[in-house]
Amino acid sequence: MSLAHVTRRGLMTAGAALAFAFGSVTGAFAQTPPGVLIVGQIAEPKALDPAAVTAVNDFRILMNVYDGLVRYKQGTLEVEPALATDWTISEDGTEYTFKLREGVKFHDGTDFNADAVVFNFERMLKDDHPFHNTGPFPLAFFFSAVDKVEALDPMTVKFTLNAPYAPFLSNLAYPTGLIVSPAAVETFGTDFGRNPSGTGPFKFAEWRSNEAVVVEANPDYWGGAPALNAVVFRPITDANTRTAEMLAGGIDLMVEVPPVALSEFQGDAYRIYEQAGPHLWFLILNAKEGPFADKRVRQAANYAINKEAIVNDVLEGTADVAAGPTPPAFAWAYDDTLSPYPYDPDKARALLKEAGAEGAKLTFYVTEGGSGMLDPIAMGTAIQADLQAVGLEVKIETYEWNTFLGQVNPGLEGKADMAEMAWMTNDPDTLPFLALRTDAWPDKGGFNSGYYSNPKVDELLEAARVATDQAERATLYKQMQEIVHDDAPWVFVANWKQNAVTSAQVENFRLEPSFFLLLKDVAKN
Amino acid sequence: MTGYILKRLLSAIPVLLGITVIVFLIMALIPGDPATAILGSYATPENVARLNRDLGLDKPLVSQYFIWLSNMLHGDFGTSFALNRPVIDEVLERFNATLVLAGTAFVLCAIFGVMAGVISAANQYGWADKTITFAVLLGISIPSFFLGMMMILFFAVNLRWFPVSGMWPIYGDRTIWVLLHHLAMPAIALAVVATGVVARLSRSAMLEVLRQDFIRTARAKGVDERGVIWRHALKAAMVSIIPVLGIQAGFVLSGAVYIEIVFQWPGVGRMLVDAILKRDILLVQGGVVFVAACYVIFNIAVDVAQSLLDPRIKT
Repeated sequence: MSLAHVTRRGLMTAGAALAFAFGSVTGAFAQTPPGVLIVGQIAEPKALDPAAVTAVNDFRILMNVYDGLVRYKQGTLEVEPALATDWTISEDGTEYTFKLREGVKFHDGTDFNADAVVFNFERMLKDDHPFHNTGPFPLAFFFSAVDKVEALDPMTVKFTLNAPYAPFLSNLAYPTGLIVSPAAVETFGTDFGRNPSGTGPFKFAEWRSNEAVVVEANPDYWGGAPALNAVVFRPITDANTRTAEMLAGGIDLMVEVPPVALSEFQGDAYRIYEQAGPHLWFLILNAKEGPFADKRVRQAANYAINKEAIVNDVLEGTADVAAGPTPPAFAWAYDDTLSPYPYDPDKARALLKEAGAEGAKLTFYVTEGGSGMLDPIAMGTAIQADLQAVGLEVKIETYEWNTFLGQVNPGLEGKADMAEMAWMTNDPDTLPFLALRTDAWPDKGGFNSGYYSNPKVDELLEAARVATDQAERATLYKQMQEIVHDDAPWVFVANWKQNAVTSAQVENFRLEPSFFLLLKDVAKN
Repeated sequence: MTGYILKRLLSAIPVLLGITVIVFLIMALIPGDPATAILGSYATPENVARLNRDLGLDKPLVSQYFIWLSNMLHGDFGTSFALNRPVIDEVLERFNATLVLAGTAFVLCAIFGVMAGVISAANQYGWADKTITFAVLLGISIPSFFLGMMMILFFAVNLRWFPVSGMWPIYGDRTIWVLLHHLAMPAIALAVVATGVVARLSRSAMLEVLRQDFIRTARAKGVDERGVIWRHALKAAMVSIIPVLGIQAGFVLSGAVYIEIVFQWPGVGRMLVDAILKRDILLVQGGVVFVAACYVIFNIAVDVAQSLLDPRIKT
């Protein structure tokens, strides 16, 4: 017995010592300093070189450190001047001439001018550029239409395209088009991604691997100094841990709040933000073979799936029901006369009967996760149940995201009848052009994995791509949406609303439809 | 003894070579490639082929393997695709963090596990034994990631005694106390299961030893009970406890993966999970080879320690 006594006493002493030690530092971490915004990110960034990265997570930092020639107008997806003050487009749509903003300096003190712009695009696009080896530049194809970039004078730059390409301006507003300091690239070479220098409202201060990226206010910003002194981006990969950090005061702002965690943030201590973005969650239907080759069966699937239930119950209201192939966030190009296929299982059964597809067996590719895929397994299961209810026999095959892409992108032929998919784009052209045209079938290098083909849609999309007048483009896109809605090559399921939570001290925050995080005007008391 | 250690070290070489082959093959065989992972939605065959060429992944597999192996023998582990920095920097930094976490958890589970086992055995069927056995059962049954989340909820979110996650605070000095403050919850969460296993096995090892003749002799000689248990019995029992500790070290190291995710600890386990999901081939390969090498060396150390305690084991 004496043995147990000694140990217990020892344990208590040790416990008391530990409690004392921890108690003494407890006060130190409770609150984050005012003027410094701590942002909970979903992952460690790859690099802070806008030409080299592809993830929305990295864009959230970059958009605050760099500017592009143009940017999206607040609250919209329409472009407005940024580093370029205005521009002219030639009659045939192949020459874009930009007048640049005077007196802008990069954070490293060098001047922003036409040579800097030329350097940026040649670095990305020309294999023989001396700094092309600072890549790879996976999204350089956004500018593959660019034939030549030249400085006409120190403050004028001209892009010559190999063919008219209407999305060019909105691609320039995308992070891949952000302008980096040539001097910094020359100094740091392949290490530029860890030593970034741009013209944005915040300048890079420090990157502690797996802990934080710190940026500080740029008092000389051409658009006025930001309200914050500094922003700290903390990578917290696990959504539950991110939620806990937000609740414990370790971060001031968190993005991509899991739907189930939103209820934790009710009340005065937090503010919840929501913003629909250019996102579409859909099912690719195999229109080449099997039951979905018949348009009536594809429409039946659209009627049979209870999309309201999916967005409200599975996604807890963090998405809206999608009506067609173009997300409403592209307000100027969106056809608001379209309404979603209503949930109508009887109509679905009738259509199936008419097509003779009752009791058809379907293989359904579901992914476990992936960018923009929301809650793919739960959504897939709900869809399976809805389709079973109208008499379709659905077999789910689940794959990890990269494997899934490897299965779906080469086309569904011979493998599956339907597959989940989601896209986030920056121009209404991108998704339909890459995934609905006949020339975008997988064997031609596109993403039309369901082999949809309608010559009229092809024609409209080709015409919209070369039209430089926005009103004309809008008309063409609206016609395309109507046809695609009726042809139903996809089941249109949901448009994701991006969400964010801030503590009550954070002011002037807003989410953008572009899904970028712009912090210039944000303040923290 | 030196000869024995040398022999064990030499025998580790084929093991490590085998590991390089296996991890290389696994990364080559799993579907999906880094270019697809990087490009995501934009992974057209054309874009993928171009990016693979830029990443140097268009060479035949066999030559990729030997390039990797010979670079590694020259100390060059390559550059991570997803993090854009040298693999060796990332692995060393991350492994350091894991060692701090797993090392602390290991020390905790060794001390408390053996102590609990000894106390249990010394008081067989007494109240201390019953309490400990019950606590051990509870500890073994709780998944560590769940325990970690509950600890965060209770001690960090509600009571605010500890920080939720991370290894260091964003601001302030990096003192040992600050580190301990961040370390306490993850280390305890990680140690709980291992402590239970060690306690159970220590208890049975001790009970076996306590029944042996030399214990009866020691008691007959008039050695006091504490001396019998801690000096005579425990030393003999350690021969069978140490290999269990060796296994638990491996367990703590692999269990660290969950804990590192839950507590956002910047360790090598979380790094490997992220790297696998992003198909960051060189980082996975480098990380696995490095961890495997450490594990092999640790096992040799355990065997050596065992042979020091029990000369019969030396061969």
